[in-house]
Amino acid sequence: MKADPIGVLTGAHYLDGDFACGEGAMAAGCRFVAGYPITPSTEVVERISRRFPTMGGTFIQMEDELASMAAVVGGSWTGTKSMTVTSGPGFSLMMENIGLAAMMETPCVVVNVQRGGPSTGLPTMVGQADVMQARWGSHGDYEIIAMSPQSPQEAFDLTIEAFNLSEIYRVPVMFLMDEIVGHMTERVVIPPADEIEVVPRALTGKTPEEFEPYQINGKPTPEFARAGDGYRFHTTGLTHDERGYPEMSVECQERCVRRLLEKITDNADRIVRFEEEATDDAEVVVVTYGITARVARLAIDMARRRGVKVGSVRLIVIWPFAEKLIRELAGKVRALVVPEINYGQLVLEVERCAAGKCAVLPVSHGGGSVHDPAVIAEVIVKAAAEAA
Amino acid sequence: MTTTPRAPAGPGILEKPALPCSEECLLRPGNTNCGGCGMSVGLTMLGRALARADQTCSLVIPACCGIVTAGAYPTTSYGVPTVATTFASAPAFATGIASVRDLNDEDGQVICWAGDGGTYDIGIATLSAAAERNEDIIYICYDNEIYGNTGGQRSSATPAGARTTTTPTGKSEDKKDMMAIMVAHRVPYAATLSIAHPEDFERKLEAALSMHGLRFLLLHSPCPTGWKSEQGESVELVRLAVASGLFSLYEVWNGDEYRINAEPDWTDPAKYLERQKRFESDAVDLERTRLACRRRFDRLGRLAREFPRETATA
Repeated sequence: MKADPIGVLTGAHYLDGDFACGEGAMAAGCRFVAGYPITPSTEVVERISRRFPTMGGTFIQMEDELASMAAVVGGSWTGTKSMTVTSGPGFSLMMENIGLAAMMETPCVVVNVQRGGPSTGLPTMVGQADVMQARWGSHGDYEIIAMSPQSPQEAFDLTIEAFNLSEIYRVPVMFLMDEIVGHMTERVVIPPADEIEVVPRALTGKTPEEFEPYQINGKPTPEFARAGDGYRFHTTGLTHDERGYPEMSVECQERCVRRLLEKITDNADRIVRFEEEATDDAEVVVVTYGITARVARLAIDMARRRGVKVGSVRLIVIWPFAEKLIRELAGKVRALVVPEINYGQLVLEVERCAAGKCAVLPVSHGGGSVHDPAVIAEVIVKAAAEAA
Repeated sequence: MTTTPRAPAGPGILEKPALPCSEECLLRPGNTNCGGCGMSVGLTMLGRALARADQTCSLVIPACCGIVTAGAYPTTSYGVPTVATTFASAPAFATGIASVRDLNDEDGQVICWAGDGGTYDIGIATLSAAAERNEDIIYICYDNEIYGNTGGQRSSATPAGARTTTTPTGKSEDKKDMMAIMVAHRVPYAATLSIAHPEDFERKLEAALSMHGLRFLLLHSPCPTGWKSEQGESVELVRLAVASGLFSLYEVWNGDEYRINAEPDWTDPAKYLERQKRFESDAVDLERTRLACRRRFDRLGRLAREFPRETATA
């Protein structure tokens, strides 16, 4: 289905990543946003609060992030594409309801414009340290999807993608921006509405009599009935059966939770997205995401000038993790270098998938700025020399 | 128009302030707060009141401009132990401090210093719970009616009609009556403060410092940045708010003993609204505002007549 032109601001713009993300949401058909002000993410909802009245959307500034996330889950159950926007401390407060959204299989998008942490940390400065929290922040076993844009243009493009994935897999999608991508201003081209593919909510074709809210019929996700459409309606955070009713049994837990996991893991190849460059004959491959990918480019050039064959992988979808890719690379290269603006988070996953087949070297940075490219280059050169 | 007399030149940055609190004023020279900030005046008043009462305090501050004030070390750090809490949790954090202070038989007040976002919105659950338990805490809300620290979004203290970055065409909901909510908790003392009425302000701080239990103080705190007003008009603006009945000065003991501290002279609230660009919006209903001022004060007057504070002193 094509995007509704009313939400699409077609043309070439000069936008920051936060505004571009807001535009992406509106183009994707998002018409309900609930949020709470927090630096450096507030511009997303400020943009939306100005633009929503022109397209019949509703923005509510909620009283906190618990409420914001809960309202988004509620909004989504009416069939309206819904989103919230926050940063680290607010992301922490949202975790219980993110788990609820995962358990209820609620399509929604959670934007986290990452800043330096932990706790209040560096409110106005960059960080990439919520990568693991995005995956594991709520209790229990569940799967989510997480994406990471590297530019305002991608903030626009991938926000649409995030909504589409959340609809296809009925899962909360974590949109992991960072302060620099959020606040940097660049050219953003918004295509005409008829060139934007959006996935509508997959409403059930069944009658209210035959409909069961969590029956999957061989598809990855159940069909959806909107609250208020006359279908028997029961959804819960409790372990539930196909009818949506709580069932406290080992068998039901296995059926219910396993499907939550497998709808993502079984489709990981379809969901995973990355950009690969010069990995074919590389000795060292740099694995990055978000703003760090752009910094790493300069580091890669520096290392190449010093004679190292370096390739790069930029993860666009972070979760599910590009497991297959990393396993393959690990068998071919001498080392994988993982710069990220945290003290070593996604590198753990790279290490797990490399399984000792090559060296895995983190390039840590506590946050507040991007890496010095020379520092990354140094690790690349050293990795090549040591492995030789 | 009444002009506000300019304050006499203050002490130099390296000199000690004329009225020290304990050792230093809470708010030190060199801070980076905006000109005309009501919170800055409030902090100074609080520091002086503590000094006069010969008391010390610990400050518990959630996310708000007040914690940014303490941030730019070494120029402006508070001269007392200060905890920066998470946004929703200052009263709960203070509960912990106050409880252990009692266990350890220590002196000193535990004072929460929070903005309207941390009080009316995200922090109201922990504040309500602390009030219900009647924790031995002074809670001061400097209400500038906006999320100032994050660049000016609406809060539930933002008055109807005001434009903010998240209510670009003017807010449609009325301001929450936080005093009524706290009074309903029957806390030992709840009072409103205005920097345009410093003697009243001072007396109420004194009263709060002489008591125990949860004491709630609500300061109408002008914010030229968020209100889009002239920095030099801050005191005049909140004076107009009291004079027009938009903001009433009163105090309530134990939830049912009322005393009104200033009668409005029924200045037209338009005089208050028109000096703030945030009210330049079609959402402002002047007639309704005028009526609301009268009705609110009328209701308060009836409460004060029906349930007066009997004792002469605070």
